[in-house]
Amino acid sequence: MFVKEITRGMLTTLREFWSKPITIEYPEQKRPVRQRFKGRHTLKRYENGLEKCIGCSLCSAACPADAIFVESAENTDEERYSPGERYASTYEINMLRCIFCGYCEDACPTEAIVLGDNYEISFTDRRSAIYDKTMLIEPVYDPAQTTPRKVEPGRYTRSVPEMKDPD
Amino acid sequence: MTDHNQKLVSLTIDGTPVEVPEGALIVNAARLVGIDIPVFCYHPKMEPVGMCRMCLVEIGRPIIDRATGQPVLDENGAPKIQFGPKLETACTTPVSPGMVVLGASEKAKAGRKDILEFLLTSHPLDCPVCDKGGECPLQNLTMGFGPGESRFLFDEKMKMDKHVPLGELIFLDRERCIQCARCVRFQDEIVDDPVIGFYQRGRSLEIVTYSEPGFDSYWSGNTTDICPVGALTTTDFRFRSRPWELRAAASICNQCPVGCNTTVNVRREASTGGNWTVKRVMPRQNEQVNEIWICDKGRFGYHYATHDGERLTQPLLRREGELQPASWEEALGVAAERLGQAGSGLFTLVGGRLANEDLFNLQQLTDALGGQSALYTHMGGGELTTQLGFAPGTNFGDMGAQSVILVVGSDLEEEAPLWWLRIKQAAQRGAKLIVLNARSTKLDRAADWVLRYPFGAAAAAVMALSNALSAKRPDLPEAVQELVRSPELRQAAKAFAEAQDAVILYGCDSMSLSESASLAQACANILLATGHTGRVNNGLLGVWPRPNDQGAWELGYRPHPDLAQALLSAKTLLIAAADPVSDDPSYQAAFGSDQFVIVQDLYLSATARLADVVLPAQSWLEHEGSFTSAERRVQRFAPALQPSTALPPITTSRGSNRAQLLMAARPDLQGPQADFAIPALLAARLNLDIQLSSESASLVFLRMAQASPAFAGLNYQRLAEVQPQWPIVGREDLYYGGTTYENSQGLGAHLSLPQATPSLAWPQLADFKLPKLGMIAFPITRLYDRGATLLRTSFLHQRTGEPYVVLNASDAARLKIQPGAMVRVNFTGTQNAVIVQARCSDELPERVLLAPRSFGIPIQEPIAVEVKPA
Repeated sequence: MFVKEITRGMLTTLREFWSKPITIEYPEQKRPVRQRFKGRHTLKRYENGLEKCIGCSLCSAACPADAIFVESAENTDEERYSPGERYASTYEINMLRCIFCGYCEDACPTEAIVLGDNYEISFTDRRSAIYDKTMLIEPVYDPAQTTPRKVEPGRYTRSVPEMKDPD
Repeated sequence: MTDHNQKLVSLTIDGTPVEVPEGALIVNAARLVGIDIPVFCYHPKMEPVGMCRMCLVEIGRPIIDRATGQPVLDENGAPKIQFGPKLETACTTPVSPGMVVLGASEKAKAGRKDILEFLLTSHPLDCPVCDKGGECPLQNLTMGFGPGESRFLFDEKMKMDKHVPLGELIFLDRERCIQCARCVRFQDEIVDDPVIGFYQRGRSLEIVTYSEPGFDSYWSGNTTDICPVGALTTTDFRFRSRPWELRAAASICNQCPVGCNTTVNVRREASTGGNWTVKRVMPRQNEQVNEIWICDKGRFGYHYATHDGERLTQPLLRREGELQPASWEEALGVAAERLGQAGSGLFTLVGGRLANEDLFNLQQLTDALGGQSALYTHMGGGELTTQLGFAPGTNFGDMGAQSVILVVGSDLEEEAPLWWLRIKQAAQRGAKLIVLNARSTKLDRAADWVLRYPFGAAAAAVMALSNALSAKRPDLPEAVQELVRSPELRQAAKAFAEAQDAVILYGCDSMSLSESASLAQACANILLATGHTGRVNNGLLGVWPRPNDQGAWELGYRPHPDLAQALLSAKTLLIAAADPVSDDPSYQAAFGSDQFVIVQDLYLSATARLADVVLPAQSWLEHEGSFTSAERRVQRFAPALQPSTALPPITTSRGSNRAQLLMAARPDLQGPQADFAIPALLAARLNLDIQLSSESASLVFLRMAQASPAFAGLNYQRLAEVQPQWPIVGREDLYYGGTTYENSQGLGAHLSLPQATPSLAWPQLADFKLPKLGMIAFPITRLYDRGATLLRTSFLHQRTGEPYVVLNASDAARLKIQPGAMVRVNFTGTQNAVIVQARCSDELPERVLLAPRSFGIPIQEPIAVEVKPA
């Protein structure tokens, strides 16, 4: 009875047993993400360590989920965060609201906010779903590159930093 | 635009027939029918200059046959139109009959496109960081009319200074400036403070300030509203928020009795724990009150009413000699018990900062208990302004050649800046202006007659004016005899008597309470004698020190002639929004140890420190209400902020259930309460037979309208009525009128005048003589003072300066005081003494010392002082 069927099923199992598995052992192993994957946001810095974000709130205006909140303030040469006149004094993204559409990235005039490849976003309460600026900004390892920092007066005079390639 | 007596002219704009008064400009005619002609330099409140060329249009005029003077007709019988060879500016060209204007033709569009490309040649295009971004005429018009891209090279843009402080209040960004001169023209034409101007020419042209301190004007904030780009920004709002993130709440300025309509822009901020925060205060159009302007005090002086760290957030109760935090239940219980015991021994003292609803509920509570109430003020005469005040419909904007305006004893720009502006404009339209004052003020520049009286003789001076009109000439004090003999006085009196309309504004500059009351009576006499009462554009107006003093007078509050004695003899004191001890420390003696003192206020003021119960009150930004301006216009304000509470944050834990959470979120009473709610809560605990609402301001207003004849027939719906106003501002076309808000929330309503008019009465005239020895200090009012309502705007401190007194140069020399040196001023008859800076003036008579009020100098009325170097 059903010997034929059982044998066919067991054969399938046996064949799959020897084939390469399609699952991976996450988190020890991680699958590489696609080139255009949109993961957790990062606030980028220039090569000299100054923040790219100028606190213009355009990301927050573009956000369809109202997930971004920005407060801005004025840079001084004594305490400089970004090369321009203005920087983000508060930058918060509510990851529970974010739909990872990437509109913020499109709206950003200085390419400061970039949706990276990090998808490991988890939290146990709503409050820790709000990522603040210290969590979003690119870390620096050279103490000379930290912000805020003191710079010589007259070096940064543009309100929006000029970018080499505005496209 | 609204004058209907003018001849009308018909023309066609973009195919739409328009009828406008003769002399109107094309740009305004187009606006009336809703056609947009873009502008940068033109502003409806200023003379056209045609500098920016943005309003280029094609204009055609009918060909007129020279022989007959009739238009030449084409084969269809329509007049032949000849178009000019070039585009013309719509902002400088007045309409003419039969004119055809093409604003949307290809030629006009191409012209504008070129102008915009040219304006943008050196514009930095830093819209992402620009404070104007989002409400910027240049941005909007470039989107609407400009070219998509520029033929000029980005790298060849001029680089100019981006951070030029024009003083500590206004910043200039030279790159963004498009040189429309709106700010310069505003300062010259509108407010007569020519402190900024153009410097250099062509590409080097820049805005500079000539004054020290920079941009020294009480009106500087308005230039940021009318600036069509982000070249001018205020310290207060610079980089604080983007315009599209702001919510708007309609409000009324509470810094002076004008009652300017404002819009309070708020948003939630992470830096304040997610609370609503005021980001800026903007003017809101009310052509009958403040047009589209506000002064810098109104724009920047709101900080005290926000969630300041020093604000009281919970009731305080005196236990073992110390004020300690208590719950509302506890504090109200103790206060109600003592109020019940006091009965007729209750004395309620209110300040003019309170709204009508607050004043009404406090009065109802006091009356129900049989107590006495009084208004805390240093200016009298309100019983006359309630009867002879401005008749409904009165508008400074309608005063012109048929009007005479008399300003007595008031430094108007310092006390009520908007009236200064509107009276100056009325004088420019032909109204005769008489300025009668003891010292020179900025209003003198606009006056037809400037008359001086000796310090302390204001009422006598007005009597001299009325004497000049009558055959019977009662004796006047010797002090004003010189004035009586002056021919200017007779001319001024004649003009006043013969004018169709006349208004008098009186203040309390260098006067005591009783002197200003006498002055009011003298002013009332001359109005009654010349028949300038009870009609539109006639009447008496008190330049009160506080925003709602008129409302308090209308509700029946009166100042107490001997406040210290009244305080001392009361069993229980209820003090709301008044701080006599800060103004004069000698009031401290009036608070006896066996008295029970209840204070409701925003801050722990010097008076509150002496209290037994302190109840935290909401500021006017935190609740709904209405103010009565000195013009007797009742206007509503809406809450802009949620009151700050001392609520603990709600935390979720496994054990908590929904009911518990709701309990935590909505406790009975937490945080500051509205000033009208506190007396209602007290009344509820006293089981009094009165109905006071602690929750709805509009309900309080309804009861007030029933109980008080002055407010009869009014309700919140009436106050919310609007009507079309000219110029049309605040809509999407921000380029036309600036970023001023449109008024869709209500223009307010005038109180009606009572039927009975007061009879003539002889004012008390003090024959005031300056002492042979010693000096007399006279109080004056400054716009920027060190009072509780302005001290918390820290960036104005530099403008306010340190406390000072002004004295005559020869007095200074005699007393061996160097100008600018510190002096000790001892107030005779009291323990008070202050050490302040001495300033010298040649204009002051000898033996006279001027001391500003609310500067920490204990002066409310003229007082003998002793001055010596410190």
